[in-house]
Amino acid sequence: MSRANAIVPEPIARQPWGMLVPLIALVLFGAAVLFSAAGGSMDPFASSHLIRFCVFLVMAAIIASLPREFVKFMTYPAYIGVLALLVAVEVIGQVGGGSQRWIDFGFMVLQPSELMKPVIVLVLARFYASLPVGLISDWRALVIPGGLILLPVAFVLLQPDLGTSLAIAFGGAVVMLLAGLPMRWFVGGGVLAAIAAPLAFFFALQDYQQRRVMTMFDPESDPLGAGYHIAQSKIAIGSGGIVGKGFNEGSQSHLQYLPEPHTDFVFATMAEEWGLIGGIFVIGIFAIILRWGTKVALASQDRFSSLVAAGMVATIFFYIAVNLMMVMGMAPVVGIPLPFMSHGGSSMMTNMICIGALMMVNRWNRNAPRGGLSH
Amino acid sequence: MAKSRRSQPPVTASTLKNTFDRRSMVIGSIMGGVGVLLAGRMGYLAIAENEKYRVESESNRVNLTLIPPRRGWILDRNGAPLASNRADFRVDLIPERLKDADATIDQLGELLSLNATRVADLKQRVSEVSGFQPVEVAKGLNYDQFAALSVRLPDLQGVVPQRGFSRFYPTGPSVGHLIGYVGPANAEEYDEEERNPLLITPGYKIGKDGLERQFEQELRGEAGARRVEVTASGRIIRDLDTREDVQGDPVRLTIDGPLQDYAARRIGLESGSVVVMDCATGDLLCMASMPSFDPNSFSDGIGSVEYAMLREDARVPLRNKVLKGLYPPGSTVKPMHCMAFLKEGISPDEAITCAGGRRIGNRFFNCWSNHGRVDMAKAIYQSCDSYFYHFAQQIGFDKVADMAKLTGMGEEFPLPVTSQFYGTVPNASWKINKFDRAWEPFDTVNASIGQGYYLANPLQLAVSAARLATGRHVMPRLTMDVAPKGFDQVDFPDDHVRYVRQAMSDVVNGPGTAGRGRLPFADIKMAGKTGTAQVVSLSVSDGRTGPWKFRDHGLFTFFAPFDNPRYAGAVVIEHGGGSGAAYPIARDVMTFMFDAQKGLEKLNALEKQWGGTAQQRLDARYAAYAAERGEQVVTAPRRDEDIFDQVEAEARVDATQSEAIADDAIAPRADPAAVGTPPPGAITGDPATDPSASPSPNSSATAPPSAAPEPAQ
Repeated sequence: MSRANAIVPEPIARQPWGMLVPLIALVLFGAAVLFSAAGGSMDPFASSHLIRFCVFLVMAAIIASLPREFVKFMTYPAYIGVLALLVAVEVIGQVGGGSQRWIDFGFMVLQPSELMKPVIVLVLARFYASLPVGLISDWRALVIPGGLILLPVAFVLLQPDLGTSLAIAFGGAVVMLLAGLPMRWFVGGGVLAAIAAPLAFFFALQDYQQRRVMTMFDPESDPLGAGYHIAQSKIAIGSGGIVGKGFNEGSQSHLQYLPEPHTDFVFATMAEEWGLIGGIFVIGIFAIILRWGTKVALASQDRFSSLVAAGMVATIFFYIAVNLMMVMGMAPVVGIPLPFMSHGGSSMMTNMICIGALMMVNRWNRNAPRGGLSH
Repeated sequence: MAKSRRSQPPVTASTLKNTFDRRSMVIGSIMGGVGVLLAGRMGYLAIAENEKYRVESESNRVNLTLIPPRRGWILDRNGAPLASNRADFRVDLIPERLKDADATIDQLGELLSLNATRVADLKQRVSEVSGFQPVEVAKGLNYDQFAALSVRLPDLQGVVPQRGFSRFYPTGPSVGHLIGYVGPANAEEYDEEERNPLLITPGYKIGKDGLERQFEQELRGEAGARRVEVTASGRIIRDLDTREDVQGDPVRLTIDGPLQDYAARRIGLESGSVVVMDCATGDLLCMASMPSFDPNSFSDGIGSVEYAMLREDARVPLRNKVLKGLYPPGSTVKPMHCMAFLKEGISPDEAITCAGGRRIGNRFFNCWSNHGRVDMAKAIYQSCDSYFYHFAQQIGFDKVADMAKLTGMGEEFPLPVTSQFYGTVPNASWKINKFDRAWEPFDTVNASIGQGYYLANPLQLAVSAARLATGRHVMPRLTMDVAPKGFDQVDFPDDHVRYVRQAMSDVVNGPGTAGRGRLPFADIKMAGKTGTAQVVSLSVSDGRTGPWKFRDHGLFTFFAPFDNPRYAGAVVIEHGGGSGAAYPIARDVMTFMFDAQKGLEKLNALEKQWGGTAQQRLDARYAAYAAERGEQVVTAPRRDEDIFDQVEAEARVDATQSEAIADDAIAPRADPAAVGTPPPGAITGDPATDPSASPSPNSSATAPPSAAPEPAQ
């Protein structure tokens, strides 16, 4: 994306096509898999998947065009707004007599916890960008961002939604790490977590969540219960072999042995029909996208931009890694969809916000003079 | 960081930028590492474990159902089916898959309008069988019921409706004991056959008793298989392929189906058996044992009401009396004892004087009458006991016993039956072995007239009749694929045979004890020998009246035509009150054999008095019993096999009834051809009927009144 070609207009030529083309390819491939998951039909999954992508691509383009100062200015209000929505979800849930995760606005159903994932990255980047450099080893550099993370995580856990709260915490933690907090805090935190994990397992997790964790270690122990999902997913992936059973030929998904073949287990649906080749293709495209995002982060000249970019990459990565580990039997079933392939508006929106933010930082990088001033 | 702690260099924007770059490289590498790990994991699943998961995926996708093979037919000698298959709609339960067994059964009971006892039976059976064993709920459903059930299947887990075949026995109770019945395999049978999955296929039945069990492997056939693609919830998407079943081989019996049915029905209200053999081949034409059960209603398990009714019946409908009824043969042994005398060189003309009995040793033994001068022929047709006391004593009973064994007494025949009792031919060494007591003269006296320890089953009596009639060592056969045997072995010289034939003809056609046994044909004469077997001493009962269990057994062995025997056989009526209960049945059976129309006319007249055919009476009796007692019946033993083991054990005990009076000489009855009334409870429709108020064969035109004196000799 260097010198403008004479034929292609400059505004188009300057877009990050090295990321966008693989992304579009991945979404189209995802639509093909969803077509098969619907039993060989565009409805109900594939068509809405493509429509949503187009809508959110426009949204990403709008995000990409936002000026830096506006984003910085809007960060805290956005955080407070999303936090208010999380509280509202909790209140509505309590009043309605049951937990829920979304708010129905009439024209759309919004899941505020999804919005919190990119917002937590923004707010922490904003905090560290404005933190005087000397204070980075100060306790305030840890406690205030820690509070900013824990508040939404607590509300999301109440819903209860373990997967999303982990994603929020992960995105925030990566930003803190990259902001340059002393390493010993992370090591200490890691040790604390190692101690807390078994305690949390026995006292904090719900029954069904405990079962899911146990199942991960021995899925065959309960083939018809909690282990069923993982066992069937592994059968789908393993039976696909190198080249797969062929498009629209997956028996595991078509005969409903595979649970959720269009959302959480879409990778298994894909792998059954496209085999290892399809799997390498998907993982490869994710690698390209994340690599591009990392490059954007490294190329940024100011702290806010670089932390935003790196946090967005981490958020997308978390989705991919947890989902793929889950479908291959290496992580418990936590209900995290696969970006750009799973059918579902919320995850598409979150991930496209992340992509939009990365494109935005990419644009700032290009406009800012190299080696320019930092704020 | 360690460095920064020691020297505390000022943190600047560029050190933070360095930290960021360094740490993002680390995170990037970790991401890359995770990516490689995931790709590696996927490669492992898709390449190294591909084979395993492909198999698992296939076994998910494809469901193999066995198609139970159609069972081979059991045919009579002319190819008519005694056991066939009927296509029907049926419902089974798989206890293992039931969520709430009681609720499901109640719901089924409503849908199929089952009665309360049936529902209770089902609940009990479901709680008892091991999980894999299917339990039959109902068969022979009409299409509407079947459709109503199929619609509700999603709510009824563990309920398996299907189209299949069920076993059908056209003549029902007439062949119950002979053919047996079929039922679902139990846990032992399943293990015995190395857990053959066919045995637990819903709707599949194996032979449980009689010939069905004996010829199980021939009748079974080969299961078909149907491969279907199913969803996780078990919905069938499409058929992949189907292998048709191979029907089992038919088994062709020597039985004459119509004769079997006729004989079974002719036994009527009595309890007894009829065996008929073909003298030229040894074919068993008929092995009827009544009362019986209906094998059609046993195939879905023996219901507790039905079981209670059969159990409480003194006439033991569950016992095959042809093979497992043992009776003192009484006077029916006299012709073959004569063969022993002839063999020992005693001239048939040699006579003794019967003075109402005869002195043997230092004791006087009674005859049933005073016969005056008695030679061999008269001893047979008048059934004079004194003659046999005398000559058995003269030649020694061991020789008589050997002859009895030669004619089939105490013999176990090589027949495809599940079990046969072979009875007793007593002699000195047998008594020493069994009771550790010496053989006494009164033992000879008792044994010489077929009493005492003597026991035989009706099949043996029929075989002995055939051997006497032909002089050959006729071996009975039950299936057409076995070659006739024994005809090259001559047991008796022709002149002996002719003499005994004539004497036995005189029993019926001359001045004998069975004068009303004449066949209604001018040119065909039946020969025979009556027998009355006492089971209690004269002081307990006169043998004709009083408690049914104390009455004499009535026996009759026969062959016809007497001068060129084609058929031979035996009739035994338990506690019939004397031979008069037996020989009219033999006469009618033989009438049917030579002229079916004439035989049927007689039977129809009789059945009008009895209240219908055997099947109709059994059904009516069951309905009445269920209405009256249905609420409070004892439950049937869990396994059908237990029921029949119990029946067999009781049969052995019953066979010893007559042993109790063998300790001394048995005083013969005054009237050897007497007849009693049928047992209480034998009357159809109303189990509470007082036996005295019931119609008895006495009032029928075909049986002689019990008190009527026999023709004077």
